[in-house]
Amino acid sequence: MSITRHRLFYPGVLLLVLLVSNVFFTPTFFNLRMQDGHLYGSLIDIVRNGAPLLIVAVGMTFVIATGGIDLSVGAVMAISGAVATHHIAGLSNQDSTAGVLTAVGMALGFCLLLGLWNGILVAVVGIQPIIATLILMVAGRGVAQWITDGQIITVNSPAYKLIGGGYKLALPFAIFLAIAVLVFAAVISRRSALGMLIESVGGNAEASRLAGIRSRGLILLAYVFSGFCAGLAGLMISSNVSSADANNTGLFYELDAILAVVIGGTALIGGRYFLVGTLVGALTIQTLTTTILTIGINPNATLLFKAFVVFVMCLIQSPAFRAKVFRRRQRPASPPAAPASKEQHVRVPA
Amino acid sequence: MASAASSPVVQMTGIRKEFPGVKALDGVDLRLFAGEVHALMGENGAGKSTLIKVLTGVYTIDGGEIRLGGEPVLFSSPLQAQQAGVSTVYQEVNLCTNLSVAENIFIGREPRRMGAINWREMRRRAREALERVDLHIDVSQPLSSYSIAIQQMVAIARAVDISAQVLILDEPTSSLDQGEVQQLFRVMRQLKAEGLAIVFVSHFLEQIYEITDRMTVLRNGQLVGEWMTSELPQVELVSKMIGRDLATLEALEGENKRTLTALENATPVIQAKGVGRKGSVEPFDLSVYPGEVVGLAGLLGSGRTEVARLMFGADRADSGDFLVDGKPTHLRTPRAATSQGIAFTSENRRTEGLVGELTVRENIILALQAARGWTRPISRKRQDELVDEYIKALDIRPANPEQQVRNLSGGNQQKVLLARWLITRPKLLILDEPTRGIDVGAKAQIQKLVVSLSEEGMSVLFISAELEEVLRLSHKVEVLRDRRIIAELANDEGMTVEKIVETIAGDSREEVRA
Repeated sequence: MSITRHRLFYPGVLLLVLLVSNVFFTPTFFNLRMQDGHLYGSLIDIVRNGAPLLIVAVGMTFVIATGGIDLSVGAVMAISGAVATHHIAGLSNQDSTAGVLTAVGMALGFCLLLGLWNGILVAVVGIQPIIATLILMVAGRGVAQWITDGQIITVNSPAYKLIGGGYKLALPFAIFLAIAVLVFAAVISRRSALGMLIESVGGNAEASRLAGIRSRGLILLAYVFSGFCAGLAGLMISSNVSSADANNTGLFYELDAILAVVIGGTALIGGRYFLVGTLVGALTIQTLTTTILTIGINPNATLLFKAFVVFVMCLIQSPAFRAKVFRRRQRPASPPAAPASKEQHVRVPA
Repeated sequence: MASAASSPVVQMTGIRKEFPGVKALDGVDLRLFAGEVHALMGENGAGKSTLIKVLTGVYTIDGGEIRLGGEPVLFSSPLQAQQAGVSTVYQEVNLCTNLSVAENIFIGREPRRMGAINWREMRRRAREALERVDLHIDVSQPLSSYSIAIQQMVAIARAVDISAQVLILDEPTSSLDQGEVQQLFRVMRQLKAEGLAIVFVSHFLEQIYEITDRMTVLRNGQLVGEWMTSELPQVELVSKMIGRDLATLEALEGENKRTLTALENATPVIQAKGVGRKGSVEPFDLSVYPGEVVGLAGLLGSGRTEVARLMFGADRADSGDFLVDGKPTHLRTPRAATSQGIAFTSENRRTEGLVGELTVRENIILALQAARGWTRPISRKRQDELVDEYIKALDIRPANPEQQVRNLSGGNQQKVLLARWLITRPKLLILDEPTRGIDVGAKAQIQKLVVSLSEEGMSVLFISAELEEVLRLSHKVEVLRDRRIIAELANDEGMTVEKIVETIAGDSREEVRA
């Protein structure tokens, strides 16, 4: 009884169900093997491909906790990749460590400024977050296209490739980056009073003001961090494919990130936030994306399928819905909604 | 009374309701008779609100039985309860102030003709419904254009119009002035005569004795008993509610007169010179000396709260100067005020005080942590020490620092808010209606706290609608009317509540003549 009350019970179960259901289509789903000193397997792929999403979602968690939202992360990712590859493409030696570090520094620095821009619009100018970040969501793609001149920039730089496509200690480097960001965020916010003050501002802005909290700086910080996270994720994706595509990098990432945060238990109205929940949420979204690819759903139906599964997951997580469906008719052990999605799996490939 | 002999409209027996870790109701009975006003009495946290929510279908019960007109019922939503004839008007008017009066009365059950709302019929029926509560206003105007008292009447008209068996009024008078209370009572008597059973919850004992016929007393989620109001003297009622003798209360009664000596040479903790804000308060002068309790007295809307907010920087003054400890200081933001050692508890605990989602501990350390900034966290050990100390000192219940503060009762929430500021050791504590809507026991504790804080040298600016309370605690009283401080009265031997009332009211008559 007590375990089902835990905040992460339903998100955790959903992730497990999703993972286990993969075994029906890919019996080797849980297998891991070493090859050339690198660890391979579906699970590794999920974590690696999910790393950028997790990083964006961690940044998004803080923004949402303040009661805001950041729609610009996808565009910021595109800008970040564009800035870095544009600089590297202009280098005489594309693999020079110094050159790549400069490119990364420029990209991340620019994304910090973009985050600051969002933060100023929200906290200083007082524009509603959804509108304020919508500006950069639209304009940001334009900026990225402007940097890349409308072309896909490709680079040949093993040093740059490391960020999103390389390996360290037998594991994809991206995994270490994601863990580093998650741990950094958790330690900074929970060891200091940052987390509590952000939750206070998100939970009740006026009460926080009257308690003497300077919310402006806290909100700025959240958007700046979100910009940084999006920038890093953009680098990872661009690095993985050694190119920058201003039109498609990070497309719809903002929605996946928001979804990951919400699945993790952080409410969209702000207040309490849960970083471990965000981790579970991001892994769930990525597992779903991977599942769709491995079971070979018709590409035209993937978005619809994804939306359907997310819809079912949200229903199961809703206490009000559970109370309605599961408590009222306890006698006939009605199949919960999750197996229904499995039937869906069977039908589609057939 | 004839109806008392007949069977009750509502009979609740052995009601039990548990929340995780708390027995909110433990075997409580309640009988309501037609044509009677029934008082539900108890301290904060006694279970009054829970019992009401059980009766109105907000909560489902864990044990016991509810009979309505003899039939057992089980409400699982407020809508069901309403349809069965049980309606509620809550303390904070929960209507949509942006909609018209008529829309508010018929929202969700608009009269229709061929699918479309029949506006004319709706307005006509709204006027009828308001006539029942003796109210003649333009029903097509937005609700926000009327006073809180009228809005309350509209809420009652709506409740009565929906179902006319049981009407529950939860603290309806806490934001009404004397005349408005009498208007409400007239309506209640009329509805009673029409055969409604009315439940009346209020912390004003005089009102209870004026309007109710019968009362049920709860304490700590348990039933203490049911009495006819006329057969239970006020003193006995209070001791049944708080479950202990009245020594604390009587001790306070004894110190009615409080004057500070040797103030003339001291420097005021805070001095406002010509401070004002357009559309809010006329420029005023006000000095508060160390250890002094200054009361602000005036009618609702006279500018009491506005003065307090200016002194804390919650609103920015557009004229005048502040001197803190004799030095010119700007108080433009709450942050600026807190760094000068000024603290403020708003009259709106929930919206402007507590962060409901956070725990008791987090709410208590919030202001201290805000003053230190986020980079210098208070260690968890120090937090626990401070919080435990104040939970004990202020008797916050339940004494669980990790409880979400929104689950606490009103009085305990107020204490959490006080604790938040006390741990910052302020020089000046501004308390806006700290005792409103809380029970006798907690009220006495807070009053006692104000006295002992001022004895330790803390200055207090105390706002209350209850003049007795202002007079009992204050060294001097600033009287406000029409957004202006009109007099400063020393609380010396000759001062009485009547004199304050005369000051509030008397001059206004002169002005009308002038």
